[in-house]
Amino acid sequence: MRSDVISFRLDSRSVVPPYLQIVQQVRQALRMGVLDVGDQLPTVREVVAATAINPNTVLKAYRDLEREGLVEPRAGHGTFVLRRPPGPPPGTHSRLARSLAQWVRGAREAGLDDDSIESLLRVTLQAAAEQEIA
Amino acid sequence: MTARQDAAPPVIETRGLAKRYRRVTALTDCTITVPEGRISALIGANGAGKTTLLRMLAGLARPSDGDVTVLGGTPRQDPAFLAGIGFLAQEIPLYRRLSAGDHIAVGAHLNPRWDAASVRERLSSLNIPLDQAVGTLSGGQRAQVALSLTLAKRPRLLLLDEPVAALDPLARRQFLATLAEAVAAGGLTVVLSSHLVADIERVCDHLILLAAGRVQLCGDIDTVLADHQVLVGPRKDTTAIQKAHTLVQATHTARQSTLLIRVGGPVIDPAWEAADVGFEELVLAYLSQPGPGPGAPPAIAHLTTVGEDQ
Repeated sequence: MRSDVISFRLDSRSVVPPYLQIVQQVRQALRMGVLDVGDQLPTVREVVAATAINPNTVLKAYRDLEREGLVEPRAGHGTFVLRRPPGPPPGTHSRLARSLAQWVRGAREAGLDDDSIESLLRVTLQAAAEQEIA
Repeated sequence: MTARQDAAPPVIETRGLAKRYRRVTALTDCTITVPEGRISALIGANGAGKTTLLRMLAGLARPSDGDVTVLGGTPRQDPAFLAGIGFLAQEIPLYRRLSAGDHIAVGAHLNPRWDAASVRERLSSLNIPLDQAVGTLSGGQRAQVALSLTLAKRPRLLLLDEPVAALDPLARRQFLATLAEAVAAGGLTVVLSSHLVADIERVCDHLILLAAGRVQLCGDIDTVLADHQVLVGPRKDTTAIQKAHTLVQATHTARQSTLLIRVGGPVIDPAWEAADVGFEELVLAYLSQPGPGPGAPPAIAHLTTVGEDQ
């Protein structure tokens, strides 16, 4: 049986590593309802035959999704959707967007341009990630 | 296919391998490890010894020095050893007047584990005619025929010497997809030499980089990338950095220094802004290193250890 529910689009020029592109596309498909509980993800062979990426890249992506509890491998059958990703409660995005907009206004008034704001955000995200690891 | 079994013995292991032709040294002190199931990119400038290394791994050339173990044995012109090896040289080895179907029939006579059905299936899925002389096919089609025939041997190790250099982008993509699919089916390890960094980054997960006469990098690409950083800061002396890290490449302007380092520990000096290294950036930095000389840094031996489970 072919599992032709979704296909992956991999952009070699993206700064996002290929395995993460797959993870993100599966998550997105789950959020959008393109993929549903019980659906089968494309097999590793199908993905590499269609995209010419390394098989281990696909395995790594599927293992990440498995660790998140979103999918489960069934021996000899493939990888299946177990549940949808836990999204933040409704309203969270707009609440955060409002406080971020306020912060951006403050940054502009302090004289930062878009590039400086972006690089500050990147550095802060990176520092936060490093703190989580440590 | 199952998860990586890095506990399995490596498919390729060399130690201090060297090849000299009369007065010319083609390769020196080559120590590499390639674990099972990898698609390894063999990168180096022209004349760096890539073809020499591939030929020694295939048993087509005898080392002048050092040890080499491939699939648990010593490479040699012996049917038992060669049964496990697929080797595709730069010049695609096909009889131009014979058809793909003829080649399949010939292969069946020469190889004990010949999988004729898989070749026919693969070629027909690519709309490559089986009954037409291969000399009349396009370059991309001929490469696919040669690859499919090589895979029909069911090799455990496939050695490819610049297989896609002459192909157009679509044929290249199809060739690499066929290769990746064969690896996904399990039990196959690939070493492929190529100059096409974008292709390599997509399809390979392991890297062997030859430069300045020796092996500069050998390991899983993720691990190799994680071991390097780019530092950008106001121009300053690099002595302090070189105490803790290995400096791969330094470029200076009047005011700014950009350093590509192999990380030996945390970068403490806040004057440096550290960033991750891209694959192409890393490859170019190593390839542009000056030739071997006194005090040339040794090959990065510890990188040959197997990366953690990803």
